[in-house]
Amino acid sequence: MPAGVNKRLGMAVNLNRCVGCSACAIACKSENNVPPGRLRRWIHEKTAGRFPDLKMQIWSESCMHCEDAPCVHSCPTGASHVDAATGTVQVHPELCTGCKACMASCPYDARYVHPDGYIDKCTLCVHKLEHGEEAACQSICPTSAIAVGDLDDPTSEISRWLRDRNALVRKPEAGTKPKFFLVE
Amino acid sequence: MSLQNLTRRKFLAIGSVAAGGAALAGYLPGRISLNPDRQAHWPQPTDRMVSTVCEMCFWRCGVQAHLRDGQVTALTGNPAHPLSRGRLCPRGAGGIGNLYDPDRLVKPLIREGERGDERFREAEWDEALDLVADRLQGIADQYGPESLAMFYHGAGGGFFKTLLKALGSPNSAAPSYAQCRGPREVGFELTFGEGLGSPEPLDLAHTHALALIGSHLGENMHNTQVQDFADAVDSGCHLIVVDPRFSVAAGKAEHWLAIRPGTDLALILGWIHLILAEGWEQKAFLAQNAVGLEALRKAVAKYTPEAVFLETGIRSGQLRETARLLAKAAPHALVHPGRHVTWYGDDAQRSRAIAILNALLGNWGQSGGIYLPGQMELKAFPGLPTFPKSKNPADRKAGQYPFAGSVLANGLREATLSGEPYPIKAWLVYGTNLPMVLPNPKQTEEAIHNLDFLVAIDTMPAEITGWADVVLPECTYLERHDDLFAPFYRQPFLALRQPVVDPIGDSKPAWWMAKQLAERMGLGAWFPWQDAEELIEGRLRASGYQDDQIDTLFQKGALSEQETAIYLQDGEDYPFATPSGKIELYSQQLADAGFDPVPVYRRPEMPGQGQFRLLTGRAPVHTFGRTTNNAVLLEHYPENEVWVNPAALRNLGLVNGDRVLLKNQDGAQTGPIRVRATQRIRPDSAFMVHGFGHKARKLRRAVSVGGDDNEVTTRFQVDPLMGGTGMNVNFVTLEKVEV
Amino acid sequence: MQQEIFVEEVSTRQNPHVDPGLHFWGWEVPVYLFFGGLVAGLLVLYAAAELTGNRRKLPFSSRWGPFLALPLLGLGLFALFLDLEYKSHVLRFYGTLKLRSPMSWGSWILILVAVAALAPAWQSLCTEGRRRGWAWLRRPAWRNLQRFLNHRRKSMAWLNLSLGVALGIYTGILLSSLAARPVWSSTILGPLFLISGLSTGLALCAWLTRSKLERHFLVRLDLILIAVELLFLSLWLFGLSSGGEAARQAAQLFLGGPYTAVFWTLVVGAGLLVPALLETMAILRRWPETRVGLALILVGGLMLRFVLVDAGQAMGIGG
Repeated sequence: MPAGVNKRLGMAVNLNRCVGCSACAIACKSENNVPPGRLRRWIHEKTAGRFPDLKMQIWSESCMHCEDAPCVHSCPTGASHVDAATGTVQVHPELCTGCKACMASCPYDARYVHPDGYIDKCTLCVHKLEHGEEAACQSICPTSAIAVGDLDDPTSEISRWLRDRNALVRKPEAGTKPKFFLVE
Repeated sequence: MSLQNLTRRKFLAIGSVAAGGAALAGYLPGRISLNPDRQAHWPQPTDRMVSTVCEMCFWRCGVQAHLRDGQVTALTGNPAHPLSRGRLCPRGAGGIGNLYDPDRLVKPLIREGERGDERFREAEWDEALDLVADRLQGIADQYGPESLAMFYHGAGGGFFKTLLKALGSPNSAAPSYAQCRGPREVGFELTFGEGLGSPEPLDLAHTHALALIGSHLGENMHNTQVQDFADAVDSGCHLIVVDPRFSVAAGKAEHWLAIRPGTDLALILGWIHLILAEGWEQKAFLAQNAVGLEALRKAVAKYTPEAVFLETGIRSGQLRETARLLAKAAPHALVHPGRHVTWYGDDAQRSRAIAILNALLGNWGQSGGIYLPGQMELKAFPGLPTFPKSKNPADRKAGQYPFAGSVLANGLREATLSGEPYPIKAWLVYGTNLPMVLPNPKQTEEAIHNLDFLVAIDTMPAEITGWADVVLPECTYLERHDDLFAPFYRQPFLALRQPVVDPIGDSKPAWWMAKQLAERMGLGAWFPWQDAEELIEGRLRASGYQDDQIDTLFQKGALSEQETAIYLQDGEDYPFATPSGKIELYSQQLADAGFDPVPVYRRPEMPGQGQFRLLTGRAPVHTFGRTTNNAVLLEHYPENEVWVNPAALRNLGLVNGDRVLLKNQDGAQTGPIRVRATQRIRPDSAFMVHGFGHKARKLRRAVSVGGDDNEVTTRFQVDPLMGGTGMNVNFVTLEKVEV
Repeated sequence: MQQEIFVEEVSTRQNPHVDPGLHFWGWEVPVYLFFGGLVAGLLVLYAAAELTGNRRKLPFSSRWGPFLALPLLGLGLFALFLDLEYKSHVLRFYGTLKLRSPMSWGSWILILVAVAALAPAWQSLCTEGRRRGWAWLRRPAWRNLQRFLNHRRKSMAWLNLSLGVALGIYTGILLSSLAARPVWSSTILGPLFLISGLSTGLALCAWLTRSKLERHFLVRLDLILIAVELLFLSLWLFGLSSGGEAARQAAQLFLGGPYTAVFWTLVVGAGLLVPALLETMAILRRWPETRVGLALILVGGLMLRFVLVDAGQAMGIGG
């Protein structure tokens, strides 16, 4: 990533494509060495209606890297912060006290206590993105259901999805301006 | 409270704070940078990558293993392999859990207790191999070589199959035939003259209309197929899903047909009738390529939408609309033939009906239909002797199951039990956990008691190893070579499995074990190579591959050719390998053998009051019972549940989360399993994911977790055409377990 | 016909403290909030006595309140410390000040409170020491300090008053700033926790004082605080039940849901109404004067925080 160019990275999951297989969640754990019993990604499945008139959506979910991130606001030490280069929400483990205010403030319950004591969550694999690679979840996904990219770049796949498709965010009433979208 | 007390408490408090402060002196604010290095906690890069072939299921994608300090840290899809295209399913990604499973078999084991006790002593390889070779040879000498039988599932099985054939036994059976996709192969062979094989040559990505009948793609995670399926759905393919359960695929469908289980054949014949009645079939294609259209038309006349509704519960409007969608999209329309199709015992005929329906859609050799796969040349290792003549397999009596194209695993069990047509005295079981694989596990147990010798080869201490006399520990797919893979596919390719890390403990690859046994039994001539690398190179050189191609294969794990002509040209003739050389809508072969030349629907027995038909399927993160001890995968699906409709549950006084036993019509029962109350299933059916409810004590994570459907699959309906075992014929009731 | 729920949601997330039920904050945080409120109450009471010239009328509150506050604050801080997952990083709180983070300015308030309360506490100690004739107090340095502080009694009181009020409100704001938890997401939690803290502070002083006059005064004052607290609690519940979907569900937790019994019996009943009744009857000389009511106010204050902290984690917003 060239210095001085700040991005606004986000993630979208294509509801037509996602089958909820969990490959993303598993690849995420391998890539990021997430400890046993903790998950940065997971599958959410929602079924509405009554047999046989049913509707279902299933998708992979994680930290939403909100633009108005309550976890960042509630963090007393600056451990939870917005990474200027990428616009993603990150945690500095060396600043974290483990007070869990961020966990309390997250409408998406995307955070967990790392056994080392700090609070951990999805990093959007910025360490891979900055080397020109895809996020672990995106690159493994057998259905190509995940797009990670710069929302300010109109040519990125995520921007195209958001432009061409019906997009929604989870819990918009939380008002946190999530940068995680579900598209159809 | 007196002042002294207060003062003392205060001093105590101050003291403790001071002590704490001293302990924390190393962390004073002055040492805290408010803007730490953003890369400080980034994952360390891996130092090595090896390309190999996955065996977490039998689709066999290309996988890249990433290593750091000699440990496999991640598995990703190999971009050079046409089946993975750089992507992997959850099981492939979670293969590390199999590799580093602390419960793995790492030493040869020799039985000490009774069979089934799971009590063994550890042995060295020489002792174990001498013992196995000696026993097998002894039994072959006494009862004839055909008294040895082999059950296998997995790439290493071929080496043991060679061993048996070299000895003179034809009795090697893969349950993936008679317990899984055999009927489909037969149905398609009878109609098109060829089976579909694996991976199935289905052009899913380009289909405009797709019907899935019981196939739960997305929960069934064959990588490439699901990739193509997602492409189809996302590009607006008309998706029709026939399933008693609202599967993930059904959730994406334009039409979900919540069919009464057991009546699929009626639906398919109903579709055929409608398409013919409306003249929606691909007339030119059929005129050129098919025989028996008029006989078909006559035979299906009775499957009117009204008649079909009475059987299937599918309204005529929906039947017509879905038939129209398929026909309108033809020939770029596809009725998926399924994979695990052993349901009701009429499975080969049902698969044939699906084949006929596809023929009416004219999709043979068409984009969005059934494409024509190719294969890369791969010759045998030079100089292998021919196998000795052997008897017919013991899996069926003369004239039984005339269309079986492979040895029947259930047939070998039957022969072991009855001694007919001749006795089976020893089993080699490679990588298939028969107690959870063959229906009616009691019969498997009885058959094992009839054996003189049972040797199990496995990576995990699964149930079958507990019954073995000798257990040989195989290393996992990440620690071994296997023979080359050269499947039929749209883009012909060769793929190589090679070790990523050294085997853990004393575990060994299948090729080594088979070669060692062969040499001890005087059959070394069939294993003339030193090791698997020599075998692989020998085959490649014999097939005329050059150094650079061989290098590519070893470095990239796959070697592929350009996509060949996978579609037929307009009006191009195709040599169908049927007796008539055409697609046989009416099958004279079947008529001659005394079977229905056009499939006929016969209503199966239906569950009684208060009973549920037990249906099984898959979870995306598991491959049967093979992965239910895998710590990585268990995190995402820790335990199976029995799905029941809330309306049916209410009558039973049960709620979501209750633990129940499933009891079937024969009084057999499962262990405790949790109820999932969900609208996503018909009220007359119960569904569970297969592969849980292990009983093997040494599978420490899996033992007693969830329920095993096979325990209540005491009944099975044998397919008269080919001997497959229809297993969706068991009815269960739910009994609450009081905690 | 039974009401059916037509939406099924299933998640594969299984993170400890998050799934299947949230419980990222256990007993430590409510205990911390309780002591924080209590300390706030003690400091406000002392400062009010000082500033209104009621030191003689309220001998215990004005002299020993700040003194008591220090160890109680220590206990609260210790509870908070126990809750930290990364204990060796505790001083990270003091590397920065984050104005949008109540946890941040709260941690600074705690330090300021501890420092500010030291002055009046020292004075109390000196007064006691003189009475008992502690020789070391006569050293010039200590005497100078004493003189210095004596000249600044008012400003000390003002400082402690403001910090006390800030501390009390902060214990509520810490929760109410968390919009993701509808039970907490109400600005009235700040004033509510302040009033409750004052009420427990008064109750503690009323319990410990030897002065009947002081006790009677404090008890009467506490009755008013209890009334205000009941009012705030009603406003809080009313606000929730007239709010959006999530807020209404939050209110339901206390109006028929799983927290109904514990909230109405322990917090409202035993913690507020019963002590109010006991004290009123004692004032009316119908029933004998006991300390049961005061103890109940303290227990009720603790229960309020336990119930609210726990209930807040019982639900999030949306699906």
